[in-house]
Amino acid sequence: MVTFTLNGQERTFDGDPDTPLLWVIRDFEKLTGTKYGCGVAQCGACTVHLDGMPRRSCVTPIATIEGSEVVTIEGVSGTEADAVKTAWTGLDVPQCGYCQSGQIMSAVALLQMIPKPTDADIDGAMAGNICRCATYHRIRAAIHNAASSMEG
Amino acid sequence: MNWKFAITGVAALCLFVGAGTLLSPASVAQDAKTDTKTLKPAASFQSIANERERSVALFQEAGKVIQHPRCVNCHPATDRPLQGANMHPHQPPVFRGDGGMGLPGMQCTTCHSADNTPVVGQADTIKSIPGNPAWHLAPIEMAWAGKSLAQICQQIKDPARNGGKTMDEIVEHMAHDELVGWGWNPGAGREPVPGTQAEFGELISAWVKSGAACPAS
Repeated sequence: MVTFTLNGQERTFDGDPDTPLLWVIRDFEKLTGTKYGCGVAQCGACTVHLDGMPRRSCVTPIATIEGSEVVTIEGVSGTEADAVKTAWTGLDVPQCGYCQSGQIMSAVALLQMIPKPTDADIDGAMAGNICRCATYHRIRAAIHNAASSMEG
Repeated sequence: MNWKFAITGVAALCLFVGAGTLLSPASVAQDAKTDTKTLKPAASFQSIANERERSVALFQEAGKVIQHPRCVNCHPATDRPLQGANMHPHQPPVFRGDGGMGLPGMQCTTCHSADNTPVVGQADTIKSIPGNPAWHLAPIEMAWAGKSLAQICQQIKDPARNGGKTMDEIVEHMAHDELVGWGWNPGAGREPVPGTQAEFGELISAWVKSGAACPAS
């Protein structure tokens, strides 16, 4: 039995301890905003926050998160999340949208660590989030806009 | 045109080449294959009477571990780690960052756990994500990629490029460090370094005791 916090609520999982966190989030908790992309930590679609840090949930066995705090796209909140949401909708960032929850979780985590990131900071933090629609230019602009909106 | 003779000639050539492949090169390859998976015991080098030659031979044997991709991939010459037996640049693109732990928002722990993690994804070529509690890059002054064994040997002995370690501390590090030990337990889909960490530690210890001589090249 694994006990953890999901979006602020205590949850338990009593299945195979090797089950990836992504499976638990999607198939057992029915939170389908977090996406399966590659299953091998190569694309970033499954990014969640684990104890406040971005983490690829597809390569995170549930047994390893005992006592941890998990936040998904459904539960992410706060100044940075609000700024990212406004900036994302303002620039109409997504195209197909499949990768975007992962992009947003990485972007929020970056802004929590570096409130005013440079292009290099953005490249460094977002390099593991692939977008097949190549919305990278809007993602970068939206992160800058979000950072600017938080300055006031 | 006598096609029959021409075809017979080609067949004979194929047979000749085939036989050659089966005999001498194959047996050499077999020896080399065995050689890359094991380490000779440190004691077996006692037969080399000249101490300096013995020391060099011990380090060359240890070099089978030191120059293995499992070790060199995290001793890169740039800020980007390497991956795989062919030592390609790490995918996704990640960079050194503070303490060799990655950049803000894309640290080693974004993907790597405290243990090797088998994956259930679709990629036939990726069987597991490697992991260790101390997962990080070696500092840039300890870069080994692209260097000869002689250069690495001098580097390991130089406190300015070995993390300020004494030779005794080098022996301890090689013989017992947990992240070094990952090389023998690299997870599904990756070839371990040769021998065992204990054998490797004994080679390094014997090398130091024999004067820590370095190969000429």
